[in-house]
Amino acid sequence: MSDWPFTNPVLTASGCGGTGRELAAYGDLTELGGFVTRSVTLQERPGGGEPRIVESPSGLVNAIGLQNPGVVGFLRDELPPLVDLGAPVVVSIAGHSLGEYAELARTVGRTDGVIALEVNLSAPDPLGSGLLDAREPFQAGSVVGSCRRDLRADLLLLVKLRSDVSRVAETARAVVEAGADAVVVGNAQPAALPDGRAGGLSGPAIRPQSLRCVAEVARALPDTPLIGCGGIMDADDAREYLAAGARAVQVGTALFHDPTTAFRIAREIGPQTEPPAGEDDR
Amino acid sequence: MTTATRTATGPVHVTAEVLATKSVGAFHHLSLVAPDVGERSRPGSFLAVSVGDGHLARRAFWIHRVGPMGGHRAVVEIVVEERGAGSRALAALPAGAPVAVTGPLGRPFALPREPVRCLLIGDGYAAAALTGLAERLRERGCGVHLVLGGSDDAHVLEPLAARRSVGHVEVAVGDLTAAVLRALPEVDVAYAAASPETQRFVADAVAGTGVTCQVALERPLTCATGLCHGCPVPVLDDQGDPHVVRACVDGPVFRAGRVDWEALG
Repeated sequence: MSDWPFTNPVLTASGCGGTGRELAAYGDLTELGGFVTRSVTLQERPGGGEPRIVESPSGLVNAIGLQNPGVVGFLRDELPPLVDLGAPVVVSIAGHSLGEYAELARTVGRTDGVIALEVNLSAPDPLGSGLLDAREPFQAGSVVGSCRRDLRADLLLLVKLRSDVSRVAETARAVVEAGADAVVVGNAQPAALPDGRAGGLSGPAIRPQSLRCVAEVARALPDTPLIGCGGIMDADDAREYLAAGARAVQVGTALFHDPTTAFRIAREIGPQTEPPAGEDDR
Repeated sequence: MTTATRTATGPVHVTAEVLATKSVGAFHHLSLVAPDVGERSRPGSFLAVSVGDGHLARRAFWIHRVGPMGGHRAVVEIVVEERGAGSRALAALPAGAPVAVTGPLGRPFALPREPVRCLLIGDGYAAAALTGLAERLRERGCGVHLVLGGSDDAHVLEPLAARRSVGHVEVAVGDLTAAVLRALPEVDVAYAAASPETQRFVADAVAGTGVTCQVALERPLTCATGLCHGCPVPVLDDQGDPHVVRACVDGPVFRAGRVDWEALG
């Protein structure tokens, strides 16, 4: 695999850092392991109706609807300021078809200033969002294979899976066999807003489930680098994930509560120096 | 006290302290010692508060006043109306309580270069967004006519204080549309901080009259800092094409003609 490009084990989670420029008001993006962009699709998406986010106990339920300017607008307007800020940029992509995923991977992979690609296979409502249904491990592997095929070999390929305890290890194995370099375990869990619309539950409410999933995947794939995500509010939460087998973590919903959270955790945990045991065996 | 200060302008995230609280009519006024928030504030700026207790979303408030108090240079005053668990918890905070604050946030009002005649329309506690604006306009030699509305007397924000600092104050309890229509022919510029219905009424009333109008939109916010994309505002560009922007960082102040009021709902 390509070298691990994250100098700090704390990254932001997709869709939780605005375009990056807003987050940069509260900290130095270069101190983070990575800034993961919102999921970019081939065409512009206006996003969903209101309310888009509601509170639930120790969590938020969101139905943003993957609002984004499309890959052309993203590369023109949002990526250059991030690169100028020196941010370690990870671009998240979401597609409506295998062909779209491949095209997005090809397009982003050709772009300078990107240190990794994150394939989003865990939108909480893929069908309602019009995305390719990649809930089955076979489908997930197909998406990853189509992305890997035309991607620069030196660009790290991350795949983000939801914390579905019963399927996550099997799905992780499928995407690694299809060419994923690392697996991000945990995304907003499928949920509903009070008005019944599909959404995703995030925040501390889902942390125990994501933690369990990280442990399951770490046991099944001990040589695969994992990034844990779900409900991390402070450095102790992050350490739980690292202890469960994650090599890095993503901080998301906590940023909505305190925009300095990721910077603070990154400083507390500190830069990564030692590669974890087992990496050299790959 | 922790401060995250990155730049000389723009928002900061600080642990503020409640310096004083008071009830005025239906509202609670909180004076906050929030380093750099007041100094950087401009008319139309707002701040976001974390209320804790498992509530992850922020509560947003207009910055009503900034001034010296109790030996502090730039104490920030906000106006809270109890509407839910978060605002109730905030209204109940005693003096001395710490509270996490991010601000000043948002695009503030654009001020006229010339001394023009201005109509300010403030409804309920939203009128807090206009306090600093009225003072700044007066400093620039602008005529200021303020229409203050509210569902009842208790929901009209500080009419006496407004009369002391603003040229012409008209209180319109219940329905302020008649007062607005009477005043519009006499002004060049209008500013509205009110419910979306009232703001849309003002936007329609100024359309085609030559009066330029800015509205301070109050939308449900989650992060209030531009991170979550949870506060969509439908707008129309100069070609009339629709776009979706964020109330918190692309607003909250918008040219009334830019907002797609039909789609805003």
